[in-house]
Parts: sequence; structure tokens; C-alpha cells
Amino acid sequence: MSKTAIISANDVDVFYGEKQALNKINLDIPENKVTSLIGPSGCGKSTFLRSINRMNDLVDICRVEGSITIKGQDIYAPEVDVVALRAKVGMVFQKPNPFPKSIYENVAYGPKIHGLAKSKTDMDEIVEWSLIKAGLWKEVKDRLDQPGTGLSGGQQQRLCIARTIAVKPQVVLMDEPCSALDPIATAIIEELIDELRSNFTIVIVTHSMQQAARVSQRTAFFHLGELVESGPTKSIFTSPEDERTQNYIMGRIG
Amino acid sequence: MTDLITPSAQLKSRKLAEKRFQWYGRGAIFASLAFLVVMVGSILYKGSGAFTTTDVAIVVDLGPEAVDPANPQDARFEKIVKDALKARFPDANKRAERRKLYGLVSNDAGFALERFVLANPDAIGTQAKVWFRASDDLDILLKGTVDRTVDESERRLSDQEIGWIDTLVADGDVKRGFNWSFFTNGDSREPELAGILSALTGSALTLLVCFLFSFPVAIMAAIYLEEFAPKNRFSDIIEVNINNLAAVPSIVFGLLGLSMLLNTFGMPRSSPLVGGLVLSLMTLPTIIIAARASLRAVPPSIREAALGMGASPVQATFHHVAPLALPGIMTGTIVGMAQALGETAPLLMIGMVAFIVDVPQSILEPATALPVQIFLWADAPERAFLEKTSAAIIVLLLFLITMNLLAIVLRRRFEKRF
Repeated sequence: MSKTAIISANDVDVFYGEKQALNKINLDIPENKVTSLIGPSGCGKSTFLRSINRMNDLVDICRVEGSITIKGQDIYAPEVDVVALRAKVGMVFQKPNPFPKSIYENVAYGPKIHGLAKSKTDMDEIVEWSLIKAGLWKEVKDRLDQPGTGLSGGQQQRLCIARTIAVKPQVVLMDEPCSALDPIATAIIEELIDELRSNFTIVIVTHSMQQAARVSQRTAFFHLGELVESGPTKSIFTSPEDERTQNYIMGRIG
Repeated sequence: MTDLITPSAQLKSRKLAEKRFQWYGRGAIFASLAFLVVMVGSILYKGSGAFTTTDVAIVVDLGPEAVDPANPQDARFEKIVKDALKARFPDANKRAERRKLYGLVSNDAGFALERFVLANPDAIGTQAKVWFRASDDLDILLKGTVDRTVDESERRLSDQEIGWIDTLVADGDVKRGFNWSFFTNGDSREPELAGILSALTGSALTLLVCFLFSFPVAIMAAIYLEEFAPKNRFSDIIEVNINNLAAVPSIVFGLLGLSMLLNTFGMPRSSPLVGGLVLSLMTLPTIIIAARASLRAVPPSIREAALGMGASPVQATFHHVAPLALPGIMTGTIVGMAQALGETAPLLMIGMVAFIVDVPQSILEPATALPVQIFLWADAPERAFLEKTSAAIIVLLLFLITMNLLAIVLRRRFEKRF
């Protein structure tokens, strides 16, 4: 485990019933950097991402072996509270999924259930800070009481990011956050990811290699449930060590 | 581009099939509407008579010999009415004729006169003209239900009775009015006195018990099964059983209520409490199934979003999933309650088929329900109960419509159109 790693996976196996989805994954994810997980569909990158905040627990037949530690704490240890873990490791999903409530309530929900705001003014501050961080404040500050579902797709996704960072997590996981968005909205979110890096550690799953190249400092390539190669993004894209990585990047597999 | 103008044979047949299908649909809607119109129309036609009633004016002698001014309540009011009728129509000599004469006014004429005298002490000592509720025979004759051309021996009313009635009408001593007592009286052996209030109250109380018991239980069961229960063989068995329960004939629930609630737990017979509990056994599966369906219809992304924020499963369910499912849950509840409102068989088993004159004041008192009242009246031999039956059906339908409207209003309020 390197010194700067905040998340560290050691021999992680994930099974869905009999089927093994991930095989002996060892990966260190450094703090305050963007790490992208790439690979063809079904390679297990989303499964790995969902193991980091234990969203896989929701799948009855899913089983995780090995250990994932965050700041040295094994998150699969029996004494770990999943709710507390998910407050530390937030998640942004593929499809924007704001709650069918107002913009304000969407952002305020997390701080409310975790008791982060002591007063209404506190809450207002958190909401404003989160929306500013997510680059949405200017667009919505006059209509915070409007439904979050009334925003455009890109705005909805930024609202989801604001909602996630409102609880001040240490890690933000993003599962193909731009796959449902147009190029302009994608560009805005990519810029946003770059800015958020100073406050949060970001792990992003993406299908777009250009996106991985643009936003991430480190890249991990998954293939058929195995971690083929990981390292600084630049070296992965310019001089991959493994042939499979090279083929994928050149568009020959996947 | 001729192909776009002259369609091929295959395209033609496809178009025809589409047209045909639309007409099937219209035909189906038309047929069901026609049935509805016939049913509601005939009920309204038959039942409308029950909302009017007939009163007869008779001059009664309230002189000192009949009513003692010091103790008016001791007077023999029934005899006063009979004497007054005899004085009005002296041609009734034989015993049988007199009995028919007395039958022109309702059985409770004596009590009606007593109420009149006690309310109007000024009338004591005078010859007062008092309005009495006419008997059902007189009432239906005036409503035209009796065919006068039939031979006398085939009719319920003799020529003599018809003569008396015609005289009363000719003298202006008969008046028709809105039948308020239908809504303020309980059941009665006399059709002209029978009212719907006891059955209506009984139904309302029964439904209240049914709702208070089945709604929370069903919602909790549905939420637990849908959101928390592990999916294994045991929960599969429960699911199958709930679906089966929805199809169990309602009379079986009545028998269960009879043996468990009445015999084992000793709850009061014929009471809305027992009726409501028995009906909630019936409504439970309906609400559970509807609630589970609407919980399942909530997009999983909402659940994921909440859990991903660090909400506990209970918070995710009650803050996000359940509110979105609420409109669907309420629709299911109303369907269940409407079923319960129309249910008769289980109520017969637990004794809610009783003849109830008094309006029940609590859920522990004997009561009957609207559908049972309809059943009882439909069974009654008196001709005039025919229109009462239809009138009771009209009240039941109005109750149902009110309930559905309430549901729509509530649903609008809860529904978040985000």
C-alpha cells in the first residue's frame, strides 16, 4: 500500500451466486486524485466501484471476499456500519436520479439525515456551498423550491453531485456519470470533476477513453473480471505494458 | 412512388385489422355502458318512489272525554285515531271492513298523535285536523303501482278501500311530500316507516373499523415484504398465500369470524366491530397486493439514490419510496373498501342480518349494513318494500361514489407530479 493511498483493495473477489465477477483485484487509489476505471462492458469495473461503498450489499446473491480498506479501516469488517460508510463514500449514478422533491430538499436531504446542520442557516449554507461546488448555484439559486426533476439532464446530474458532496464525503464514486448526457453537459461535468479533486478523492467508471484521459490522473484497466493494468493515466494511454490494454485502447477489443 | 398512393394488399388488410380492432373496443365500451345505463336506470326508476311519501289528514276529536287535559299522555291515542276514521267513513260496518279502514293510516298513527298532542297542548279540547303517515297500500295506489282494472278478488285493495282513498284525494286530505323519514328512521316492519339510517350508520362504522384495522396492517405487511423481507422459500410461500387469500370466497371469512371472533373471543354479536374485522380479512390481501405493486413501480434509482446518500433502508423507504407509492396504495385501498362496502355474505354469518330499528351508537352495538338491508328488504313480502330496496341500492351507490371521490381528492393531494 503506497503512502498516499486512501482506498486499498487486497485480493478482492466478488461473486454473483456461482459466477465470479472479479478475480483477485489489488488496487491502490490515491487521495485527492481522480482514478478512472476503464474496460469493456461486463469486465467488472462497476462491480468494483460498487464494492467500495458496499452498494453490492443490496444484491442478495452478491458475495465479496478479500479486503477493501479506506484509511486503513476494512470496510467489510462486521463492526462497520454501512450507513456511516456511505456517508464517507458518496456515489453518483449513471442516470441522473434526483429525488422527486425540490432542488433545496434534494441537497439538504443528506445533511439532514446525518445531522450535519444545527440550524436553518447552517443548512442554507451547506446547500449553497454544495450547489456552488457543483457549479449549479448560478442556474438554480432563484428556484430552489422548484422540483429537481424539472432540470435538464446535465443539471440533474450536477444536482446529484451537489447532493453527494453536501455530506462532505472523503470519496466520491461516479458510475459513468456522463453516459446519459450530451457533449456540452459532459464537458461541464468533466471540468467540475477536475475542480472537485482538490476536496475529494474521485473514482470514476467510464466507457469513454477520451474522458478517462481528460479527467483522471490514474487509470485502471479491467478485463474479464481481472485488473489488467493500473498506473498513471499518461503511461497507460501512451505506453501500456499489457497487450490487452493496448488492444482496448486501440479499439480492437471491447 | 406509386406505392405510397396505392397501398399493397398486405397494407390494406393491416389497416382493416386496425379498424376492426378499434370497433371491437368501441363495441365493448358501448355494451358495458348500455348495461350500466339499464341497471342504474331501472334502479332509479323503481327506487325514486321511495323518496316521496303520502300523508293523510284526519279530523280527530281531542275533547275532554278523549284526552284529559291534566294528563294528556294517558289518553288512548290509537282509539282516538280509529274513532276518527270511523267518523270519517261511517260505511265501514263489518269487522273486516273496519280493519281495512284502520289500515289506511300507518300503524304508528297512535304514537304520531301522541307526539302531536304533547307538542301542541293548545289542540287539546278541540277537533284537530292531524296529518298521519298513510299506509303503504294507500301510498302505492297513489303512485299508480296498483292496477284498478283487475278483478277485485285479485287485488290487495278492495273497491271499498279504493273508494275511501279516492274520497280523501277528492277532499284534498292527501298530500305527497319528500320522504325525510327514509333518512332519519331505522328499519321497520312497516314499509312507510322503514328508513335507511341504521343500515347506513352500520355500514359507516363497519367500514371505519375495517379501514383502521386493514390499512396499517396491509401497508406494513406490503412494505416489509417488498422492501425488507429476504427473498427465500418462506417469503414465496407467504406471497402465494396472500394471493390465494384474495380469492377465498367471502363467506369463509364470515365463518372464521363466527368461530374465532364470536365464539372464541366472545366479541359482541352483530356488531360493526366484528363485521369490520371480518371484512378487513377480505380487504387485507387486496390492499397488500396493490401496495406491493405500487412499491415495486417506484424506480429503483430512487432507492439507490437514497441508500447511496447513506440513508438507512427504513429512511429510504419512508422518506422516498413509500411517498411515491402512496397514490397507488390509496387506489388499492379504495378498491378494497368498496368491495367491503358491498359485501353481504360474511356479515350474514356473524349476525349482522338482524332486524335493527335503532341507529347504532357505537361499534359494539348490534347493527346491520347497507347490502344486508337491501337483502332483507328484497326478501320482504310487502309490495312497497320493492321501491325501498331500489332506494337502498341508490344510497349504497351514492356512498360508493362519495368514497371514490374522496379517494380521488386525497390522491390528488398526495400525488407529487415532479
